[in-house]
Amino acid sequence: MATTANFTAERENYLNANYGVRSWLLTTDHKRIALLYLASITFFFFVGGFFALMIRLELLTPAGDLVMADTYNKLFTMHGQIMVFFFLIPSIPATLGNFLVPMMIGAKDLAFPRINLISWYLYIIGGTLMMHCVLTGGVDTGWTFYTPFSTAFSNTKVIEAGLAIFINGFSSILTGLNFVVTVHRMRAPGMTWTRLPLFIWSTYATSVIFLLGTPVIAITLLLVVFERAFHLGIFDPNRGGDPLLFQHLFWFYSHPAVYIMILPAMGVISEIIPCFSRKRVFGYNFIAMSSIAIAVFGFLVWAHHMFVAGISLYSALVFSALSYLVAVPSAVKVFNWTATMYKGSVTFSTPMLYAFGFIGLFTIGGLTGLFLAALGLDVHVHDTYFVIAHFHYIMVGGAVMGFLGGMHFWWPKISGKLYPEAWGRLAAAIVFIGFNLTFFPQFVLGYMGMPRRYWQYPPEFQVLNVLSTAGSTILAVGYLLPMVYFTWSLRYGKPAGNNPWGAAGLEWQTQSPPTTFNFDEIPIVTQEAYDYENIPAPEEVPLER
Amino acid sequence: MSDSPIALEHHLEPHQQHHFVDMEQQKHAASLGMWLFLATELMFFGGMFCAYLIYRWSYPVEFGVGSRTLNLPLGAANTAVLICSSLTVALSIRATQMGKRTLTVVLLLLTMVFGLTFLVIKGFEWNEKYEKHHIPGASFRLSAEDLKGVNVDPQQMQDFQARTQTFYSLYFAMTGLHALHMIIGVGLFLYLTYAAWKGQYGPAYYTPLENGGLYWHFVDIVWIYLFPLLYLIDRNLQK
Amino acid sequence: MSSEKSEHSDHILPSGLYWGIWALLIVLTFVTAWVANIDLGRFNTVVALVIATFKASVVVLFFMHVKYTSEKLTKVVIFSAIFFLVILLSLSMADYASRLMN
Repeated sequence: MATTANFTAERENYLNANYGVRSWLLTTDHKRIALLYLASITFFFFVGGFFALMIRLELLTPAGDLVMADTYNKLFTMHGQIMVFFFLIPSIPATLGNFLVPMMIGAKDLAFPRINLISWYLYIIGGTLMMHCVLTGGVDTGWTFYTPFSTAFSNTKVIEAGLAIFINGFSSILTGLNFVVTVHRMRAPGMTWTRLPLFIWSTYATSVIFLLGTPVIAITLLLVVFERAFHLGIFDPNRGGDPLLFQHLFWFYSHPAVYIMILPAMGVISEIIPCFSRKRVFGYNFIAMSSIAIAVFGFLVWAHHMFVAGISLYSALVFSALSYLVAVPSAVKVFNWTATMYKGSVTFSTPMLYAFGFIGLFTIGGLTGLFLAALGLDVHVHDTYFVIAHFHYIMVGGAVMGFLGGMHFWWPKISGKLYPEAWGRLAAAIVFIGFNLTFFPQFVLGYMGMPRRYWQYPPEFQVLNVLSTAGSTILAVGYLLPMVYFTWSLRYGKPAGNNPWGAAGLEWQTQSPPTTFNFDEIPIVTQEAYDYENIPAPEEVPLER
Repeated sequence: MSDSPIALEHHLEPHQQHHFVDMEQQKHAASLGMWLFLATELMFFGGMFCAYLIYRWSYPVEFGVGSRTLNLPLGAANTAVLICSSLTVALSIRATQMGKRTLTVVLLLLTMVFGLTFLVIKGFEWNEKYEKHHIPGASFRLSAEDLKGVNVDPQQMQDFQARTQTFYSLYFAMTGLHALHMIIGVGLFLYLTYAAWKGQYGPAYYTPLENGGLYWHFVDIVWIYLFPLLYLIDRNLQK
Repeated sequence: MSSEKSEHSDHILPSGLYWGIWALLIVLTFVTAWVANIDLGRFNTVVALVIATFKASVVVLFFMHVKYTSEKLTKVVIFSAIFFLVILLSLSMADYASRLMN
């Protein structure tokens, strides 16, 4: 098949290679599986977003007047569970990762295409069970499932939710396994480790966390399920059970999980910034190694979630110090991205706007993490809205912005169409404004003492809560816009060429959309990554008129 | 790897999947995949070992009591059974490397027999626990025989018995999950035996057999740790 | 097509080696059970775990062929998994052990 641009006839590509539901549901093409995941995680984003909306509506007034307290417990629990396990954790790896990893390294597919499909089905089975749980009563333990409430006292569907997440965990594990084997074994000739795109480095680091961390939460949730189902007694205080044991096991995964959520977004940013600065990445080795460092150090800090739970003072000191250490590689990335832009030729395209937003918001989120890592401060702000603001700055201001930036950056490759750039920039601005209006007040609220997970609050907190809710509606608009114009672009968007952004990377050398097997011939790599001196810039950022 | 671009339509060896360049790449990918999977299994069981560590450290006397009520001869026998099964697996792969199909099949069948033997013995043990009221829950109780050799203040007896249930909870959780892995292993080997009997494996290609063997050995290794940790706590106090 | 053989087809180990490892494992199992009957105080557990670790290593090296593989990545995977498991066990245990020091 010719790889030159041809706008007159529709060439064969992975989207039109076969038609019919079976060709999608039984596909082993990593790109189709990526789209299956994209549809699924978008669905769960809506579900989790619905719960967020309900929370913000309740918090418009100090009184608990929209829902009952028990219902409110269910709202924040399911918001957290769905957003963490069914949206954020799979988001970039299972969509952009699945789509791009083989192409970026010059392979025809992942190492285990059928296992890739199985991982999606496991996600769907876990997700279906979760939806059943949601629709038949829900769960109210908090996304953290702390014992003994979850094992002995909660009257909600803990077993179902636990099993749903357990099954979903295997989806993660298989995805991570696939990526690690693919990167080790299927790189094209000449694609050495130091020529890999940084998105591959961060996806690889994420995959290591998938493999080593997820099994621990799997067994932990399974033990909770066994306890409830068979009355075992592992977490029953009356029978010697220790709530802190659960927390140690839970957070051993759930802290590295937050790095699962941020590392892929960092990888996306590392692709976007050099492209729209027309400059190779500053400190490639540092960024690559920092991804590995984040993955490794991320496993050493989990008990900073337990500072006030009853761990020993010495333990708390050690974990606090380690938590400061883990911030260093993240900071390294921020410095290197900034240095990449310095004296570059910067274009403020939509992906680049998201990248800027990411850097600013992730920095705030990360720095406030350091506030929380300080023992004295944590005693004051633990379990307040300060914590909520901190992690939303990272997960939404960071990870979701990275996801959106990546979707915009690679949309032309995925769909073969250009999205309307003006709308893209507008939506990015709306997301940024809406996000800050939603979550910045929460830092103040938390510092002033408003506890999290409370459905009513003292009247002096109302103004900030109203601002936050107002922000969330703006944020919702910002999220809906891309869904509309991406869909619009499928039909009416200008056809993208192979490389509308003039970006470096093997994926941009294929046609848009790519063929089923990506490459006519396996490429031989001779260039370093981000060879922007030798890649001509596109005449202009393609703008839909 | 060759130096020239590799064309899309290239000759596929038997058993070769299209997205791999050659069989060697496929074999290395499959092998790495299985080792990574075993790493996840180590972390999976590891969570329970962590619970075991914490509770044994917290309740050493209770754990000793619980351990001494387990059937040591059956536990030791099961350990030996699994070791025999690892031998037959290893020998079956060797037989395939030498092209001896019948021997391979016989050894694989033996492996499954050993696996099933393990499960049957495990079943007897669990039944024994049931009959002695050692299953955690409402009907749990320790007999005087169980408490031999241990001095417990009568006023603390109820709490002591309650705490001993952490041992049995972990015993059932750990041996139960291990048994589930054995069952899966036997199922896996049913398939591998069938494929071997059909002649699908030989000196040139036996990757599924090799990787199945890795899984089986891993399950054996878990038991190698479970045996002393569950069955051999303070056994000398029984004298 | 690659002309180099995979490392596995080069290594057909003598069956005597497998039988020898088997015998070693069986003997060590009985040793473990026998030593458990002797009062060594806290060292009972240490001895039992040392023997178990030796047995596990022998299974990994010989039955799982890790001694004969030229693939370094296999060993990296094994050590990484063990390393992170040790992190889980030791840092959790350190919390409990250091509570008495308060």
